[in-house]
Parts: sequence; structure tokens; C-alpha cells
Amino acid sequence: MKPGLAIGAVLAGVALIAALVSLVWTPYDVTALAIAQKLQGPSPLHWFGTDHFGRDIAAMLMVGARTSLAVALVAVGIGIGLGVPLGLLAAARPGWADELTMRGNDLIFAFPSLVIAILITAVFGPSAINAIIAIGIFNIPVFARVTRAGALSLWTLDYIRAAQVAGKGRARISVEHILPNIANLLIVQGTIQFSLGILAEAGLSYVGLGAQPPLPSWGRMLAEAQTMVTLAPHVAIFPGLAIVATVLGLNLLGDGLRDALDPRLRRAR
Amino acid sequence: MARYIIKRLFSLVASLLAASLVIFAVIEVIPGDPAAYMLGMNAAPDTVAALRDSLGLNVSLPVRYANWLGGMLTGDFGISYTYKVPVADLVSARLLISLPLAGLALLLSTVIAVPIGLLAAARRGRWPDYAVMGGTQLGIAVPNFWFAMLLVLAFALHWRIFPAGGFPGWSDPLMAVRALALPSVALALPQAAILARVLRSALIETLGQDYIRTARAKGLTGAQALVRHALRNAMIPVLTILGMQFSFLLAGAIIIENVFYIPGLGRLIFQAITQRDLIVVESVVMILVFAVILVTFLTDLAYAAVDPRLRTRG
Repeated sequence: MKPGLAIGAVLAGVALIAALVSLVWTPYDVTALAIAQKLQGPSPLHWFGTDHFGRDIAAMLMVGARTSLAVALVAVGIGIGLGVPLGLLAAARPGWADELTMRGNDLIFAFPSLVIAILITAVFGPSAINAIIAIGIFNIPVFARVTRAGALSLWTLDYIRAAQVAGKGRARISVEHILPNIANLLIVQGTIQFSLGILAEAGLSYVGLGAQPPLPSWGRMLAEAQTMVTLAPHVAIFPGLAIVATVLGLNLLGDGLRDALDPRLRRAR
Repeated sequence: MARYIIKRLFSLVASLLAASLVIFAVIEVIPGDPAAYMLGMNAAPDTVAALRDSLGLNVSLPVRYANWLGGMLTGDFGISYTYKVPVADLVSARLLISLPLAGLALLLSTVIAVPIGLLAAARRGRWPDYAVMGGTQLGIAVPNFWFAMLLVLAFALHWRIFPAGGFPGWSDPLMAVRALALPSVALALPQAAILARVLRSALIETLGQDYIRTARAKGLTGAQALVRHALRNAMIPVLTILGMQFSFLLAGAIIIENVFYIPGLGRLIFQAITQRDLIVVESVVMILVFAVILVTFLTDLAYAAVDPRLRTRG
């Protein structure tokens, strides 16, 4: 295993485990306020210190990991669930279906996820669901393009022709032969979109368009830390490090997987 | 080339129309009655009726859409409900801050990315390459608003070299640029990391080409061949990324403006959201989307100018 892949797996694994453990246990209750303990630096009692309400930052980071990972994961799910079928359709039916799908993709690309979130929030108010929808919509054309490009190159191959001659329909070929062969591509892209989703979620929560109080999220922890950064730098430093470590881990994992899953790249490097 | 431009222009207009329909539908159709939504639940019926009247909501949806579109084409974006001034004036004042911020960030990211991309490609597989690849991997993972907070902590609060936030206006250009310095650095960092990586791999690809061998054979040093021949050809993928990254830069600028309390488009749109000023939200979103579509269009034209093969393709 390449060192990058291993480091990536460990970093992303830590975030995942923290999120899962937070479902059953956190060192402190993240909803309990303890003003007497506010803005304490890191100590054996509070590893990462406490925030302005005296809440344990380590516990908040664990619950925040849950928010970040859940938002990014569901957003990737939306991207795959809608983008992959669209990409398969575009590749299977050159002509109007392809044209329509690709122009639709171009249109979505013109709406950065922040802009989608702004539109949704202006009308429905802010929530973590908005963040999921905004990031998810932005993921659709990404997966549609990757799927289409991968599928188009497969449609010219002999074994696909053979399947057509054998009487299989285009939809069936897409599912039975094309999809398994582009799975690697989708896994790698999924990892990349997952890490981008975590960054996007943090940004949206930071500006108040994502997760709302009392649900802890890394982005909102940073927003709240902003006014206290001179008094207690740790309230701003640890949530930021959590984001960096998770995103870095997922990116390394994505790069490592791409190299490991693509035999040509493995030889070239 | 002329046919290609006309074809692209047609799709530019189509994209803009489609985008405007989407925005109009979300802002003016989904909430039901925008006037009632803007005034909140406790508004008196006659107040709502008056607002409906002044917003021109008493006509059918297609007419409203046509009015909105026609207004924008003539520079009339409507009157902001909270500020009571034309949205066009509000937006143009804010653009005078947001555009220079984005431009400065773009410039900075290129200035940072090109030398380190060149260095990594020239020293491929050795420690400068590993340092650049490791550093840029980190740069991509850092959220720009968090990096901005660290910059404030170091260069505004600890060393007091730059202001921590606010914008003094353009009457004193030096002070204005100083106020935009930290925000543009914060915006440029992740951008530069991505650019440097793309430039490195593009350079490595071109360095394997025959014309580089020819250049070396006629006596150019490795560095000369790299800068004179490889860099120029490697700029095509770099331009692609610059074009694609524009929407991220725009979104980044909106967030960064909030870190530094800079009164640009980003601050305007968030204030408009909290004040339920749908007219401002609608117009600013349309302008942002217009900017992204326009940059994509210009990038396409730039390619076609650089690479004639692309003109014949759709």
C-alpha cells in the first residue's frame, strides 16, 4: 500500500470513527452549558478546551464530524443516484437524449452550490437539509459527466457490440456491462466529491446557510469562534484542523485509490 | 471561426434564459406570494396589497417574467425593498469591491502557482517536487475562510501589519489595497494549490513531446526549453482550470467578505436574505450566474483561438 493511501485511510477513518462513536458516546454533553468553564484552553479534562458556553470542543468536534460526513455523504448519494443514470442514458442514446442531458448539466454548472444554497435559503430558510440539497444538486452534473465519458469509451468495445448482437437492450447493457466497468471511476470521483462536500458544508454552515443551532457543525463552530479568536485561539484552531485533516485524508484516499485501481497509472509512476 | 462564435453565442443566450427561468421560478413562484413572504406573517392585508402593487405582482406570471427580464436588459433591476434604492446602484457599488477582490486573488494565485508548478516539473521526482506536491495537497484541504481567520490572527492582531477587516473605500487606493490584501491571499491559496498541480502535470506531459527534444537538440538548456516552449503549451489546461475555478472563486469571495466584514456582493446578499429582500437576492443571484456563464463562454472562445481543432467540434 502506498504511504499516501495509508495516511488518507487513517485520517478519513479517524473522522468516520469519531462520527460513529458520537452516536453512542461523547466525552461531555454537547447541549449542556457550563458558563463557569468557558473558553478554557486544552487540558487533561478538556483535550481541545472549551468554547464560550463552556462546552467541550472535543465532544462538539465528534458530533460535528457526524453533521459534516452525513451532509457530504448524502450529497454524494444524490449526485450518484441522479447523475449516473443520466450519464448512462446520455452515452447509450447519442442524439437528443445526450444533448438534453449535457445542456442540463451545463445549466447546473452555472449555479455554484453556494448560489443554490442562497436561493433555497432565501425562500425556505436555512437548514442542514438545504446544504445537502445544494451540494447534492451540484454533484449531479459531475457524476453525469464522469459516467458519460467512461461509458462512451466502453460503447465502442467489442464485448458491448457482442452483447448488442446477442439481443440485449441498451438499458440492460448499461446496467449489466457498462456500470460495473466504470465503478472504479465512480469510486474515485465519489471520494473527491465527498471531500469537496465537506469543504462546502463547512463554508455553508460558516455563513449560516447550513446546519442550525443547536446541531454542532465544524463550519458553525468556526463562525462562532471568529469573535473570540484573540481571547482563545484554540476555539478557532481545532475545528479548522478537523476540516483540514478530514479533507486531506479523503483527497489522499482518492488519489491513492485512483492509482491502485488503474493498472496503467500503477506502471507509469 | 465566425460560425463557431455564432453557435456559442446562441447557446450562451439559451443558457442565460434557462438560468433566469430557474431563478424566477424559485424566487417568485415557489413562495406563493413574494409580497406576503417579504413582509412576514403579521403584516396588514393593505400593506401587503400595496407592496404587491409596487412590486408589480398583480399581473400574470409570464408578464412578470417578461417585465423582470426586460428590466434587466435595460439596466433596471427593480428597487430594493429594504434599502429603497435601485438594486442596480446597490450592486454596482458592491461590485467595485468584489470584482477587484476576485481579480487580485486570481492574479496572486497565478503569480504563486506558475513558479512552483515550474519548479516541481523541472525537479520531477526529487525533493522540490515532493515539497510542492505535499504543500499543495495541504493547500487544497484548507478552507479559505479558516485560513483567513489564521491570517487575521497573525498579520492583523499579532503583528498589526494589515487591517483585520472593513473597507475604507477607493478614495485612498493604497489603503483600499491594504484592506483587500489578507482577503485576497486567503482566496488565492487553495486556488494556487490547484493551479500549481495542474500546471505541473501539464508541463510534465509537454516535456515528453518531440518539439522539446528538438529545442534541447538545438542547444537550449532544460530551463530555457521549459519556459520558452513547454510553459506556453501547458497554459491550455491551466486556462481550463482557471475558467472552471471561477465559480469557486466567486463563491469563495462571497464567504471571505463575511470573514473580513467587507461590504461587497457577498455581504449584500446575506443581508438581503436575513431581511427577506427577495428583489435583491433575485438580481444578485442572476448576476452571479451570468458571470459564471460568461466566463465559461469566454474560456471556450479562448480555446478555439488557441486550438483551431476545437472550432469544428460542437
